[in-house]
Amino acid sequence: MNGQSALDRFLQTDPQDVGCEEAMGWMHVYVELVAADPATASRYAGIAAHLRACGPCAEDFEGLLAAIAPPAT
Amino acid sequence: MEPAEPTARGGCATLDAALDPDSAAWLRSLGGSPTESDAAQIRLHALLLRIARSEVQRRSGRLKISGPELDDIAHQAANDALMAIIAKIGQFRGDSRFTTWAYKFVMFEVSTKIGRHFWRNPAAPIDAEHWEQLPNRLALDPAQEAEWQELVAALRRLIDTVLTNRQRRIFVSIVLNEVPVDALAAELGSNRNAIYKALFDARRKLRAALVANGYLDNNTSRRA
Repeated sequence: MNGQSALDRFLQTDPQDVGCEEAMGWMHVYVELVAADPATASRYAGIAAHLRACGPCAEDFEGLLAAIAPPAT
Repeated sequence: MEPAEPTARGGCATLDAALDPDSAAWLRSLGGSPTESDAAQIRLHALLLRIARSEVQRRSGRLKISGPELDDIAHQAANDALMAIIAKIGQFRGDSRFTTWAYKFVMFEVSTKIGRHFWRNPAAPIDAEHWEQLPNRLALDPAQEAEWQELVAALRRLIDTVLTNRQRRIFVSIVLNEVPVDALAAELGSNRNAIYKALFDARRKLRAALVANGYLDNNTSRRA
């Protein structure tokens, strides 16, 4: 990857990104939908875009997904 | 985005009818007599603590925290999550299981506690500026320095001239100094959403300025 495309990728923002507050506000609903069917994520583009861009919210989401997963047998 | 409409809360009877049995039982016991409510809070705290311990363990590989300190964070997170849940239980709309909604508070509190803990042993002072790290942060290949040197110099100039003082401070802390977002929020007395928004706006402004000055093409690698 050349310098121009690396920098451009670094600075890209997604206009669909809903931000932390809205993503966290819906995370308990979203995580159950994704746990039931991972394809659901694409229907909630704003939250999915945010979780791709925001490390801390993605970390919380991964933790919540693990918390609601059925215990390993 | 258009999330599903939340379940309307028109009173306990209406909400109860829409809830799964486990969630309904939690709401009944937490809202029951003082004895019943106290017992439910003790059970809920034990559940939250189990989740908090699992979560700090899950994150521990990326943290410089272990042993009793990690368990202390789990306890603090469970305690504060329980207080938040009790204070906000009227906001539970029944659009997920009660426990999923409750665990979200644990995740938030774990992140907040870890963010605060960062400042006990920070890698660098908050006002440090490690500009030499910028190419590395952008994942630029050192072998191609001649190609990106001018671009990085332009970016550095624009960081100083285009961003507001607050945006610059947040950009430098997170991008150059690798301060975690939640740690920066704690240090600045702010919150994750405000820090993220400032960084989002800073990135957008820098990209627009680089395009306006001919360093980037407006159509370069647009995300699908």
